[in-house]
Order: sequence, then C-alpha cells, then structure tokens
Amino acid sequence: MDDDLKRFRQAMDETTPEPSAKRRAENLDAALKKFDLSQGLEDPARLTQDRAPQARGFLRGLKKMITGFKNPISLAATSSLAVASVAAFAVLPNVNWNPAPPLPAPVSDFQGRALESDVADLAVTQELEAAPVATPLPSREEAATARIKRAPVVQQSQPQHTESIGAGAAYPEADTEAYSNDVANRVVATSENSVSTFSIDVDTASYSLIRSSLTNGRVPPADAVRVEEMINYFPYDYAPPVGENVPFSTSVAVFATPWNSGTQLMRIGLQGKMPLTEDRPPLNLVFLIDTSGSMEAANKLPLLIQAFGLMLRSLDPLDEVAIVTYAGSAGEVLAPTPAGERDKIMAALQNLSAGGSTAGQAGLQQAYAVAEKMTQDGEVNRVILATDGDFNVGISDPEALKEFIAEKSRTETYLSVLGFGRGNLDDRVMQTLAQNGNGHAAYIDTLAEAQKVLNDQLSGALFPIANDVKVQVEFNPAMISEYRLIGYETRILARADFNNDAVDAGEVGAGHQVTAVYEITPVGSPATLNDPLRYGAETPVENPNRDEIAFVKLRYKVPGEAESRLLEMPVAPSLATPDQDGRFAAAIAGFGQLLRGSSHMGDWGYQEAIDLANGAKGNDPFGYRAEAITLMRLAKTLTEN
Amino acid sequence: MRLEVSDGDLARQAAAGDRAAFAALLNRHYDLIFRVAFRFSGHRQDAEDLTQEICLQLAQKISGWEGQAKLTTWLYRVIVNACHDRRRRDATYSRAAAGWGEVELSARQAASEQAEAQDWLGAALAEMPPTLRDTAALTVGEDLTHAQAGEILGVSEGTISWRMAEVKKHLREMAQKEMTDG
Repeated sequence: MDDDLKRFRQAMDETTPEPSAKRRAENLDAALKKFDLSQGLEDPARLTQDRAPQARGFLRGLKKMITGFKNPISLAATSSLAVASVAAFAVLPNVNWNPAPPLPAPVSDFQGRALESDVADLAVTQELEAAPVATPLPSREEAATARIKRAPVVQQSQPQHTESIGAGAAYPEADTEAYSNDVANRVVATSENSVSTFSIDVDTASYSLIRSSLTNGRVPPADAVRVEEMINYFPYDYAPPVGENVPFSTSVAVFATPWNSGTQLMRIGLQGKMPLTEDRPPLNLVFLIDTSGSMEAANKLPLLIQAFGLMLRSLDPLDEVAIVTYAGSAGEVLAPTPAGERDKIMAALQNLSAGGSTAGQAGLQQAYAVAEKMTQDGEVNRVILATDGDFNVGISDPEALKEFIAEKSRTETYLSVLGFGRGNLDDRVMQTLAQNGNGHAAYIDTLAEAQKVLNDQLSGALFPIANDVKVQVEFNPAMISEYRLIGYETRILARADFNNDAVDAGEVGAGHQVTAVYEITPVGSPATLNDPLRYGAETPVENPNRDEIAFVKLRYKVPGEAESRLLEMPVAPSLATPDQDGRFAAAIAGFGQLLRGSSHMGDWGYQEAIDLANGAKGNDPFGYRAEAITLMRLAKTLTEN
Repeated sequence: MRLEVSDGDLARQAAAGDRAAFAALLNRHYDLIFRVAFRFSGHRQDAEDLTQEICLQLAQKISGWEGQAKLTTWLYRVIVNACHDRRRRDATYSRAAAGWGEVELSARQAASEQAEAQDWLGAALAEMPPTLRDTAALTVGEDLTHAQAGEILGVSEGTISWRMAEVKKHLREMAQKEMTDG
C-alpha cells in the first residue's frame, strides 16, 4: 500500500468512533425479537434456554463442563457453542434480571447436542471454511465475564424494569415487558380499619393485554392483571345523572357473592354525564407518536395510523390536530391543522416510518410545548401518546417522568396513553404517565379495539367532566365484620388523602363508567376469616345509623376548579338479586381474580365464571361480553393441564 | 486451534432458525456493520440508525441465506444496499459528503492528533465523489480485494481498480496541496 493510502487508512481508523454500547444492546435485542417473529412463534422449550435470567448459573455450569474436557475437538465444539450462547445472553441486557427460576433442563440437552450431533460437523467445516472477519476471542472466560459484567450496569439505568414477571418462561415474546401492579388487596377486619379509600380508574389497558395474551395461547402473567380495569372495560346500564349540578350518578347494589356463600358483593357504580356533542368545546389534539425502530411491526405503527384515521372521522372541523414524533430525536411532523383538513393529516400520518431509538422524554416535552401553543380559552388540550411503551432515551426513570407529567398536568393539558404491540411494552411507565397526566391508558391490539377506545368512547376519553375523583367507603362494624376491595391495588389512597385536594386521583370523562366491587362479610357469617378480638371494643355505642352497612363518599373536582366537591350516600343492608350487569361484573371480577391466582376463590373456577357470564350477556350490542366469555374458555383450556 | 464456529456454520444454523447462532453472528459482526455504516454515511448518528436498520433486516434476511456467497460478502452487500437506500431516501447525501465526522470532531477535540487526522480525512473525503468514498471504505477500510469490492458494489473489478486509481490521485493532489500550503 502506498503512503497516501496508508495515511488514509490510518485516518479512517482513527476517526471511526466506537458504536454506542447502549444502542448495540438495543439493536441486537430488537433484531433478535424480529428474528423470533420471522421464525414464527418459537417453541418455548428452546426459548427458555436462551432467556437471560438463567445466564449466570447456566454459564457457570458450562464453564465447568468445558474445563472438564480433554479432547480438543469436543473442546472446540463446545466452547464455540458456549460462545454462541454467551452472545445470546449478552444481547439481552435490558430484560428483567429477575431472580432466576430454577435452572431448567437445557444444560444437559445442550451438552448432548454439542457432543453428539454437531461435533463432527463443526470440526470438519471449521477447517474447510475459514472465518475471515472473525475476531479472535480473548478467551472463553473473559468473554463470559465481560458480557455478564455489562448487564447489571444496563439494569441500573432502567430501574423500572426490576419488577418481576411471574409467568416469564411461558411468555416468550414478552421478555422485556414490565407490569404495574401491587399485591392483591387483603381481607380487612372492619373492627381494625373500617375505612377504605381509593382513586377511581377508568383505564382498560389490562383487559386488552389479557386478551392479547390469551388469544395468543398464553396465560397472562399474574402481574398484568388489574381486575378493576377488566371490570371497567365493559359498558353497564347505569342510570345517567339527573340535574345539571352533578357530573355523575352513583349507585350502590349489594348481592350474593358467586364464589363464597358466606359473603356479599357491594358494587359501586359511577356513570358520567353523557356528552353534549353539539356544544362541546373545540379540542386541540397533539398526537405524540413513537416512531422508534421497534414500532415497525404491523400491529404497531401501521395499526396506529389506521386507528388515528378512524378517530379523525369523528372530530369536529373546528378541532385542531398536530403531530409530533419521537425516535432518536423529537420533531413536529404536522403543525396544528384543522381536523377538517383530513387528507393533509392522513398524508402526514401515512408518511411516518419507524427507525431509531426512543427519546420519549424529548417527545413529551415537545408535545406539551405544541399543545400549550394551541391553547385558547375554553378549549380542551390533550396529548395522545402512542407508543409500544419503551422510553429508552432521556428520562427512563418513572419517577422523573412522573414529576414532569404531574407538573404539566397542572397546565390543564390532559394526556392519553395508547399502548401498541407486545414485547417491550412498559405497562408501568404507561400507567405512571396516565395516572399523573390527568389521563387514561388503553392498550390497542386490534382495529376493533381502536374503534372502541378512540371512536365509540371518543367523547369520554377526550372531555373530562370530573377530575381527581376519590372514593371512600366506611363500613359499619356492627353490620360488616370484614371487607376486601377487589382490584384497585395501584390506586389505593391513605385515609387522610381523601380530604386532601392536593392529592391527585383519577379523572372521569363524559359518558365514562366506573365500577368498584367490595367483597363484604356480614357480622356472624361463617365465612369470617378474622377471629373477633378478645380485648377489642365491644358493641359500639348507641348509633342512630346502626342499620346501615356502609357509608360511601365521593370527592371530585369540576375541571378548572381547585376545590373538591363531596357526594355522600348511605348503603342499606338490602340484599338484592343481582341484575344482569351485576352478575356480569361479578363474573369478570371472578375471572380476573382467577387469573391473578387469588386465594379467595375456593372451588369456584373458570367454568363457573363462564356459566355466570353466559347468563348475564344481555343484548351485548358490540359483542364485548361474548368475547370475554371466549377468553374465559381459553383461560380454562390453557390452565387445565 | 480455532475456538470459533465459522461464520458459515453460524449463518447456516441461524438460517435454520437457531436463535443463539443468529445472536452470535450479529454480535460478532456488529462492529463491522457499524464501521462500514459510519464510513458510508460519515455521521455517527446516521451510522447508529443504519446499524439498527441493518440488524433488523438481517433478522429477516438470514433465513434466505443459502451459502451461495461467503457470509461476509453477503453481509457487506446488505450493508451497502442499506446505506445506499438510506442515502436516496433522506438525502443525507450532501450532508455526508460535506460533513464527515463533524460530530466526532467536536467530541474528540481533546485528542489533537485525532483532530488532525479528522481534518485531513474530512478534506480528502469532501473532495471525492461518493462512489470513490464507498470504494475506498471497502478496499482501504476493509482490506477487501478489488474483485470482492466489485462483487459487493455490483461493478466489475476493473471499475474498482479504476476508482482506486482515482482515489490515489485525489490523495496525491491533496498531499501536494498540503506541501505547497506549507
């Protein structure tokens, strides 16, 4: 090579940077996912072998195995395969490094495979086919430790991923999903704590996630199940509010528990005011769209574009739409445009393509900035974030995101979070965003779901009628010995928070419905779990309200007001025959608890849930209830072995 | 003694659906992909994005690999095609020509020797048409023969030889200019 070329080569080498380690991990991870997709659904047996959590133990075992060999040919073969596996672990650093389930059989399979079938093949082809660019490996130990060391660092930068996924191994495509949930509510003795407080939740994301899992032939991870979101997925026939002053009606019904003859269910139903479509205020919508590389799949960006297309049809010409995308960097793709110019908006949507990593924070900041620019008096601003949930650039710490969103929510810009696709959906970040951004989260897996979330419920999703809605129930210890709130684990509030207007809670949109179900145990029931206290306060002093079983209080703020209003109603001990809605809600509550592996269900199983739901389908105009029964059947089949 | 499975074996296993083999293959060649992507695009960010794109493409394309070409040749072709598509698509073309490594430059200002190399290379590349740069990136940067580079770029060996002569001419002119400029 002549001197000029040498110098040129040297300059080239010196100026070529190292690839980013973070991007490397992400890219390899994404490529592997795509590889899995293009292979069709993998057999779980093989995938468990590749899963990261087993890496440490697995490698240790392998190393021992390798050093035990004397024969150079088998050494060559096994260590090469070890290298292959090490690499597979190394590229998955942002999966959940959960406490590993017990090391599965593959080690021995692996050994067998290496020794029996591949050895001859490998030994021969190695000689014949030189690997021209193969960088020599330092040593297998170095390779192994170097990769393993890297993993915890990545883990630290992604603290939201530390929550565990229960059924991980049976759930191949979901290896980086993180769910938001808490330990299921326990049975509380009324004598010890008679007051239960929670924030309402109008999200439905959990139900769609469960549907997506079950229809793909997998039992959803227990942590993906939020029972209240399953119950709230379905429309119920609650009476609309009467009069101008109250934004929603409240109804309470008590009926027998299907899974426990000694207890009762107390259902609290809220019905938001129906939307007045004629004189609603103009809407300013900022579509904040994740166009990172992982959004490329057909059930992500393409579905999202279709979904937004559907939504545009039901917007008013006076409404305005802007589009901001984020991937690597954030950018405004479409300046605020009247919704009447549908072609222009659709053209902008259809031009989106996926690529790059996910700068979620920059995207959010820009979307809020655009929304603030669009604000005019009396208009409603909303940022609609569509993502597969992975915020891997910028703030990826849910706490920091939470602060940012919470601060922005004070500017009266609402936030909706729509989740797309499976695989790296970060349910926890989605929940954090929606709960703190005066908004709601939904998961969209099909165009039908997009129709339900965006179109049928457009008004409710987009026009808040009550903010910071909190529910507090005080049970009468003279009537009710124990109670348990079903679901709402992530929404539990401290008793004192009920009257504290500074404490944020859920929003109710126009036409929204919220249902909460308590399982309550009447005094003297054989189903009572807690023994009475020997030294506890005996019969309460003479109380004029002693015949009530509970007292329900609701606090809410009218949008734009800082001070909350109070609604109260006593609950009489009249045990009613549950109506269709009540029975269906009970069936779904039971279904959700079965999926969570609740210990309160006794012998009551999926078949009982199916029977109960089947008898309570009603006219089901959209087929939602029929679909739920199909899912119950799937769950029954999948759990039968 | 070789401690490695050959590219060919890994690719065959990966093509047959072996996930670990595909992961190993990608991991092994990741630096190569990035390096070439960087030299074709001239921008770190573009190179990162291109690398992602190529990784995703490989996940799909590997199943179609039938061992007809040497794996690296095939890989280079995938990279080159991705880079060229990208150039056509978002007109980073002019940017790439003008601003070789400008991001890198600011990031590495401290290392003056490197900065010097950067200046020189930047100047050298800015003067060359992209076909010459691509050719140089493969033959000089990757130590490929003219025949191999021709196969990858889809031109004859003779064309590569001619282009390399042009590259040398450019470099010589630059060296002379340097001398006269002092």
